[in-house]
Amino acid sequence: MEAFLHQVLAGLATGGIYASLALALVMIYQATHLVNFAQGEMAMFATYFAWSLINAGMPYWPAFLLTVVFAFVLGVVIERIIIRPVENAPVLAVVVVFIALLVILNSVTGWIFTYTIKVFPSPFPAEPIFGRYITSHGGGAIGVTLVVLLLLYLFFRFTPLGLAMRAAAQNPASARLVGIRVGWMLALGWGLAAAVGGVAGMMVAPIVYLDPNMMGGVLLYAFAAALVGGIDNPAGAVFGGFLVGVLENLLGAFVIGNELKLAVALVLIIGVLVVRPSGFFGKVFVTRV
Amino acid sequence: MSRRQLILLALLLLAACALPFLVSNYRTFQFTLALVYAIALLGLNMLTGYNGQISLGHGAFYAIGAYTAAILMDQYGVPYWATLPAAAVVCLVAGFLFGLPALRLQGLYLALATFALGVSLPALLKYHHLEKWTGGVQGIVIDKPEPPFGLPINADQWLYFFVLAVTVLMFVLAWNLLRGRMGRAMVAIRDHHIAAEAMGIDAAMVKSLTFGVSAMYTGIAGALGAIAIQYVAPDSFNFFLSIVFLVGIVVGGLASISGAIYGALFIQFVPNIADEISRAAPWAIFGIFLLGFVYLMPMGVASAVRLALVLARAQGAK
Repeated sequence: MEAFLHQVLAGLATGGIYASLALALVMIYQATHLVNFAQGEMAMFATYFAWSLINAGMPYWPAFLLTVVFAFVLGVVIERIIIRPVENAPVLAVVVVFIALLVILNSVTGWIFTYTIKVFPSPFPAEPIFGRYITSHGGGAIGVTLVVLLLLYLFFRFTPLGLAMRAAAQNPASARLVGIRVGWMLALGWGLAAAVGGVAGMMVAPIVYLDPNMMGGVLLYAFAAALVGGIDNPAGAVFGGFLVGVLENLLGAFVIGNELKLAVALVLIIGVLVVRPSGFFGKVFVTRV
Repeated sequence: MSRRQLILLALLLLAACALPFLVSNYRTFQFTLALVYAIALLGLNMLTGYNGQISLGHGAFYAIGAYTAAILMDQYGVPYWATLPAAAVVCLVAGFLFGLPALRLQGLYLALATFALGVSLPALLKYHHLEKWTGGVQGIVIDKPEPPFGLPINADQWLYFFVLAVTVLMFVLAWNLLRGRMGRAMVAIRDHHIAAEAMGIDAAMVKSLTFGVSAMYTGIAGALGAIAIQYVAPDSFNFFLSIVFLVGIVVGGLASISGAIYGALFIQFVPNIADEISRAAPWAIFGIFLLGFVYLMPMGVASAVRLALVLARAQGAK
């Protein structure tokens, strides 16, 4: 029982990280109906930025905030320069652009920071502070995820800019007619998603260690989380993230062993796509032919 | 096919046959790998270029083909040439089965599902219950085929000719398939799903079959690749292999048979050159080429070559 509880809590901790990244994916999906395959690498790049700041002697939390800003700017710039030209292109072209972005970010990071695995600090103390079932970093990661969620909710629900962004995502034509600059709203959406992803990267780096390929598996779980929850539903994505985290940990610890953990994500993704493509909470779309 | 094209092809084949006698053994080996890639790219191009189904996980089928060949040779002592049909059948079935659920997925979702396949396959290959066959993390080492019938060539050259023969066969088969009923049906489904069905094409069947045939091509390439490199290990089939294939078809040219060759030469030789700059350079260059081709030349090198030929002919006619 003790081991079980321990695994569930550990699952919730990684689940929070998956939830953040899944949330980033959903934000971009809502605005553009695209799934950003480079989301993980963008987060990884931002985490390296944080690492260099901390390595240069900056305290953790200022570096954290600066990285969030950096990730935001990175997201906006990428949307403006790289994604804009293929806005109305066929899906294949867009997917290829995402993959190109993934590859470029990955190799540029390897080039600048080398491929050596680095240790990334955790802002939370080493001794357990949330009881003996969960590490303090795990508990802290859950807390950070919840704070990010709350901030996003408040932003989208109660600010004029948030409202404008929702309008631009839901109905670009009408939004444009009432004077919202839809193109910039998309860019801001990308920026926010990148910032949320950056937070996920900084939370996961102390667990998986910092290297240019660290987000491969995490991104896969985030995809699974987003799909399980419904790819157009932010709350669903968060629920999916926690669910996938717990499921992965329990199955890995008690049923199939650690080696096949990634296969859980594969089965979940294909299973959800085939059985219920809209996920638990997504809108069911009916296509008229 | 016009007479002129036939002569051109014959000359090309002649040049390909002369090649291993003109360059070093190491270069011969590299060209062998380029041919292997050409088969894999042809397979992916059928699916993505002709049929419009995006796959980000074709490295998985390459791996299945490679492991089929390696296990058959290592465990059961099957001769290397006999592993190709086996790899073909295994991958045809695997591809067809994966293609069945994939039918319900389009565009982005299919890309997601295949992405998951590509990312998670190395972990499956390392699975310790399969270690008896797959050799786990260490992989499998296999023997290099010797030239038969006492031919006066060395092993590298023989391997090159063997792969060349298979490549020519696979290209002729693909050419036949793609200009026939099946190929037309594939293109029709890509261009307009509903119109194709209204014309009596069984879209579900054609799409699954295309997935199967595409996987079969890639699997045969995987088996040949394993024989050429004499080694298979889970980490050589990571997600980036699938991206390499995607780079190959985008650079070579989507929906083009000759594009597979241009793409294969690109993915084989450009990293070699770029490697001298830095370990990260090949991937940076791949990424930049991907972006460049999508923005500037969406139909790849093949379309550029076609355009150059047309222009040259127009010049000549003046």
